[in-house]
Amino acid sequence: MVEAEARRLVPRALSLDNETVRAVVLQVATAAAIVAALYLLGTNAAHNMARQGIVSGFGFLSQEAGYDVGESWIAHSARSTYARTLVVGLLNTLYVSAVAIVLATVLGVLVGIARVSPNWLLRKVSAGYVEIFRNTPLLLQIVFWYTVMRQLPPPRRALQPIEGVFLSNRGFTHPVPTWDPAHGWMLAAAAIGIGAAIAYRRAARRHHERTGRRWPVLWPTAALVVGLPALAWLAGGSPIGLDVPRMRAFNFQGGTTHSPELVALLIALVAYIGAFIGEIVRFGIQAVGSGQREAARALGLRDGHALRLVVLPQALRIIVPPLTSQYLNLVKDSSLAVWIGYPDFVSVTNTAINQTGQAVEGIFLMMLVYLSISLSISLFMNWYNRRIGYRR
Amino acid sequence: MKAATFLAALALGAVSLAAGAAVAADGPTLAAVKQRGHLMCGGDGTRPGISAPDAKGEWGGFDVDFCRVVAAAIFGDPTKVRFIALTTVQRFPSLQSGEIDVLSRSTTHNLTRDAALGFDFSPITMYAHTALMVHKDLGVKAGKELDGASVCVPPGTSIERNIADFWQQNNIKYKPVVIDNQKELNETYLAHRCDVIANFLPGLATIRAYQAAKPEDHVILPDVLLKEPLAITFRQGDAQWKDIVSWSVYATFEAEEKGLTSKNVDAALKSKDPEIQRLLGVTADLGEKLGLPKDFVYQIVKKVGNYEEIWEKNVGKDAPLKLDRGLNKLWRDGGVLYSPPFQ
Repeated sequence: MVEAEARRLVPRALSLDNETVRAVVLQVATAAAIVAALYLLGTNAAHNMARQGIVSGFGFLSQEAGYDVGESWIAHSARSTYARTLVVGLLNTLYVSAVAIVLATVLGVLVGIARVSPNWLLRKVSAGYVEIFRNTPLLLQIVFWYTVMRQLPPPRRALQPIEGVFLSNRGFTHPVPTWDPAHGWMLAAAAIGIGAAIAYRRAARRHHERTGRRWPVLWPTAALVVGLPALAWLAGGSPIGLDVPRMRAFNFQGGTTHSPELVALLIALVAYIGAFIGEIVRFGIQAVGSGQREAARALGLRDGHALRLVVLPQALRIIVPPLTSQYLNLVKDSSLAVWIGYPDFVSVTNTAINQTGQAVEGIFLMMLVYLSISLSISLFMNWYNRRIGYRR
Repeated sequence: MKAATFLAALALGAVSLAAGAAVAADGPTLAAVKQRGHLMCGGDGTRPGISAPDAKGEWGGFDVDFCRVVAAAIFGDPTKVRFIALTTVQRFPSLQSGEIDVLSRSTTHNLTRDAALGFDFSPITMYAHTALMVHKDLGVKAGKELDGASVCVPPGTSIERNIADFWQQNNIKYKPVVIDNQKELNETYLAHRCDVIANFLPGLATIRAYQAAKPEDHVILPDVLLKEPLAITFRQGDAQWKDIVSWSVYATFEAEEKGLTSKNVDAALKSKDPEIQRLLGVTADLGEKLGLPKDFVYQIVKKVGNYEEIWEKNVGKDAPLKLDRGLNKLWRDGGVLYSPPFQ
């Protein structure tokens, strides 16, 4: 009340003494200064490039790139355009980031739980892992894993831990199922299964909220998600065809090969970011007061239920914001791939910059791409964070 | 109130900063170099014989000596150069941004670089070509047998395109392994991650002679993939600078043609030959027309050497590489080195 009184005493005139006016003026001035600086830097760069005879603009994107990229998810050759070549690099970045995020999260959660486990050995081993991997530079770890991959024997003398699975300095090669129409049905069945599982869990929750009784969740979910595709597989005549890799002149023919660059980068990113996520999960769990757990037990909840219904929902609220930062770090760190030659977006764009000389345009594209990926992750994680947050 | 003033000052600062950058880039290269007191030269830094620092941190090699030639022409002192190690990806932005004055880093002269990147080139300092080196135990005799091979390639180079063209012309497939850091790339090949490493011929010879555990385990295939005329690269738009760098290179050709070496050039100052008198600045002031001291050719030959000396010392018979001069001989010896007259 006193504050409101005081505010009323402040003159409402258009003076800089007015808090609102001051805020608006400051923000407008800041925005103007930023726009002016950007404009000047832009025109200065354009002027200097024109003076040095550098052709600028994004016209080069539609020209033929003339160089090959080692790994690609879409059809690509040296005859493809720069635009298509950059997309190849972008997909490689997205691929390695997505796989690494999933694996690092799984590893991090396991490590985080192990860190607070009652088992002494498990606790110490996971603590050792965390301290080693988060306290050494990532680039060093990438180079280390790449050196390890390169030290593997050449393809002709590849290690074969399991029949048909090869480890060589050309990468990790394994058989893949030969395509069969039944696989399509399996995919459809999996989609239906996942949808049905989600619907079932919703119904179970409503039932629980209404009656206080719980339906079993784990087994029906597993049956729907795994069982349905398995049924489709059986109905499709249970095809077991495998495309087994075989050695040919210089490399393996058949199966699928993951390049040593990709494998090294994945291991390094997962191990490094996994250590950070482990710590985040650990402090998330520890931050939930022990009183909560005891209260849950007093209510008669079993340990598993106490963890899932009482501890984790509260821990997640603490875990998600720093977890988001780790995901963002991981995506940006994946650009260290340049050092070992995994053809990610930065690597491919660097080559394009060199072939065409369009450094400003290339760096602009890189900024745009990483910004877009990071903002998308942030948006998603913030949405998720709101969803699991306190509802008031 | 104060904050607004501060922001205005900030905006003004940004304006003057941008304006200042534009002014500084306007000065002719020579003035900037003289004022600085040394030449800034971009080099590879990882290839002994071509461009690499020795145990004492002193840079040496074929590419390095051509920077020293330019420094000797300007300052009469080949040590007034600072070298910056650049990867293939870093080299062009570094030159465009003005960090270096000349790029002497086994860079191929081609149309795109000349026309669209804003560069100019000196006369060719080395006629080379893209070649392939393979592990001997593969038993490969020619490039067309390399179907499905993994090929180590430096990124952002003409080599990257030559490789794509060569494999396509032979209708075979390959997997490129593209690593920016040349040393890391070489090690990747030596660890058998690649079957083939592609580079310009002298570059391959350096890997084999200096980095391979057993040089005899590696074979350079006879295929000539594409011409790679290597030249000193610099920013376009400074006509005087182009003349200085070009005539410094020509001076090494001309000195060899006239039989002038670092050993005999002092005696040659007293030569009666009018061409030699003009060349060494005894009677003419050719150097001053370029904005250089009139004895700039004398300084180059005395302090660095003629083309033959530079070649033999770094990559020829006096060096581990033992490269044949091939096309890099004087026109009268069956090569293509030919200097316009110093008149």
